[in-house]
Amino acid sequence: MKKIISSPAAPLPVPLRMRRLRERAGDRLFRLFVMGFGGSVIVLAGAIFWQLIKTSHLAWQKFGLPFIWTSVWDPVNDVYGALPFIYGTVVSSAIALAIAVPLGLGSALFLAEMAPKRLSSALTFLIELLAAIPSVILGLMGIFILVPAVKAAEPFLIKTLGFLPFFRGTPYGVGMLTAGLILSIMILPYITTISRDVILSVPRSLKEGALALGATHWETVRLVILPFSRSAIFGAIFLALGRALGETMAVTMVIGNTPKISLSLLDPAYTMSAVLANEFAEATSDLHVHSLISIALILFCMTIVVNGLARLLIYQVNLKGAKQ
Amino acid sequence: MYNNQNTSLALALAALFLMAPFFSAGAETTLNGAGATFPYPIYSKWFDEYNKIHPDIKINYQSIGSGGGIKQFTAKTVDFGATDGPMSDKEIFAVDGKPVHIPTVLGAVVPTFNVPGVANLVFDGNILAGIFLGTIKSWDDPAIKGLNPEAALPPSPITVVHRADGSGTTYCFTDYLSAVSPEWKKTVGTGKAVNWPVGLGGKGNEGVAGLVKQTSGAIGYVELIYAKSNNLAYGAVKNRAGKAVLASVEAVSAAAASAKIPADFRVSIVNASGDTSYPISTFTWLLVYEKNSGKTGAVLKEFLVWMLEDGQKLAPNLGYAPLPANVNDMVKARIQSIK
Repeated sequence: MKKIISSPAAPLPVPLRMRRLRERAGDRLFRLFVMGFGGSVIVLAGAIFWQLIKTSHLAWQKFGLPFIWTSVWDPVNDVYGALPFIYGTVVSSAIALAIAVPLGLGSALFLAEMAPKRLSSALTFLIELLAAIPSVILGLMGIFILVPAVKAAEPFLIKTLGFLPFFRGTPYGVGMLTAGLILSIMILPYITTISRDVILSVPRSLKEGALALGATHWETVRLVILPFSRSAIFGAIFLALGRALGETMAVTMVIGNTPKISLSLLDPAYTMSAVLANEFAEATSDLHVHSLISIALILFCMTIVVNGLARLLIYQVNLKGAKQ
Repeated sequence: MYNNQNTSLALALAALFLMAPFFSAGAETTLNGAGATFPYPIYSKWFDEYNKIHPDIKINYQSIGSGGGIKQFTAKTVDFGATDGPMSDKEIFAVDGKPVHIPTVLGAVVPTFNVPGVANLVFDGNILAGIFLGTIKSWDDPAIKGLNPEAALPPSPITVVHRADGSGTTYCFTDYLSAVSPEWKKTVGTGKAVNWPVGLGGKGNEGVAGLVKQTSGAIGYVELIYAKSNNLAYGAVKNRAGKAVLASVEAVSAAAASAKIPADFRVSIVNASGDTSYPISTFTWLLVYEKNSGKTGAVLKEFLVWMLEDGQKLAPNLGYAPLPANVNDMVKARIQSIK
């Protein structure tokens, strides 16, 4: 852009040149202004990081790195370890993705490619509405609808899939599985609406070209639509994962809040954000507060790593796509 | 001439309007407090009623939890704090100045259960500690049967439900279990949040009550007020004198009356003696400074006197137990030195 402005093809008449100069000053001002906005994001993230480190150092001093992989959480004796919470956050988010990705992608394809236009816009509206429901409302729905339903289904799961270590134990209704289910409902709209928009943006000529070459509908989806929208769909999935990792209220209401690691998805568990929300207000000992903030710091780092991995993945997928 | 007069009148009126905020600000005193959520309903009622009698005094209270209340009180960002568990010696040491614990009302914690076909149950300290430690696993355990020969107890497993969030309710309940069970004291202890050996965690009284209601064979603990206002079934608990007492405002006040109260009011009244005492009871405290700046001390003192007399009469209607007469007299004597 700079090049175009600074090297005009022919000398301009004086008044016009003056205007260009003024515009350039305005442009510079605008550039600085917007740079300030952009920079504030970095400053904000840096400030959060700094504050988290400043208010968690006691825990790191006392427990060191083993804080991350020990699993005792005992506020009475001031002994803390974060592993059960990290485990709960990772596993509940993984369950949520395992359910919401195929469901979201499938519904996006249906809405963009197959549904009649009227039905499609009505359904899209409803799915976008799902994203606007406050998480505490979803949590209450979880307690009153999802928990009894899961509880009713669990004996069946134990009977049929009980040979797997994931489906053993007492059918409480609350637990890891229920938390994963409620999370999948919460992240579904992100995956569906973004994927639908991307699929809609696939050029008509490409689709028609594939069909004209004799591809079936499924082949068009697989060979044209999905490769074209791949990176944006990955972006949607990681946005959803970010939401799942940090979700607090709805999860704490249905997960059973027990800091124990168990392979069984039916057992109660705990997540990082849930323990923060539950214990922060009443934590009086300094070490307790610092340990809770250490968990926040770990969650913060996890989010950065997940986002970094997402970037890397999208980059590589695009590279491969370009080579093909 | 006429015009001129009109202008000066308008000017005088405008000046009055401009001055108005200064007049009222000079007359109105605002006190800020923060802390425990458990006594919030009675505190907001008190501050509201007091404001009706003394329109010039406004008391704000934020129910952010006892831990937050102690923190803000220590940092002196509030005029008074409030807590469900007394401050520890270490916490008091951290305060610049002398903090005074003022007991205001009493509350109780009740065991609530969901056993099909059983409406009334009697517990004692050993049974409750055994259930929450996970050593008593079934409803037809001989210990429970021994205390409840009439009840048709099923051979179903017990599901324990506890609070997941840090709370004064948990503090009172674990304080009681520590008082009656050496095993509990050694392995778990007393705290607003503890390392539970067994069970599910629910968020808030409503979370615990919800899980108990939905789970056949469940037992949990909630505040007496919450149990009453939501018509939950709750069990009687055997007190130190060996009498089974169902929690009530009177039984809680009786526990406070029979306890030995130290001069600084930092006392646990769980497992109190006396035939009619309910054993899982607790005071809740306001935290004030011995020396305050400006008018704050005088205003606080005046409010506390009102709270000990007229204020106490409002407590039972909201489900809180008022202070027994002997404690009330002690507190009245204590607040005289607040400046």
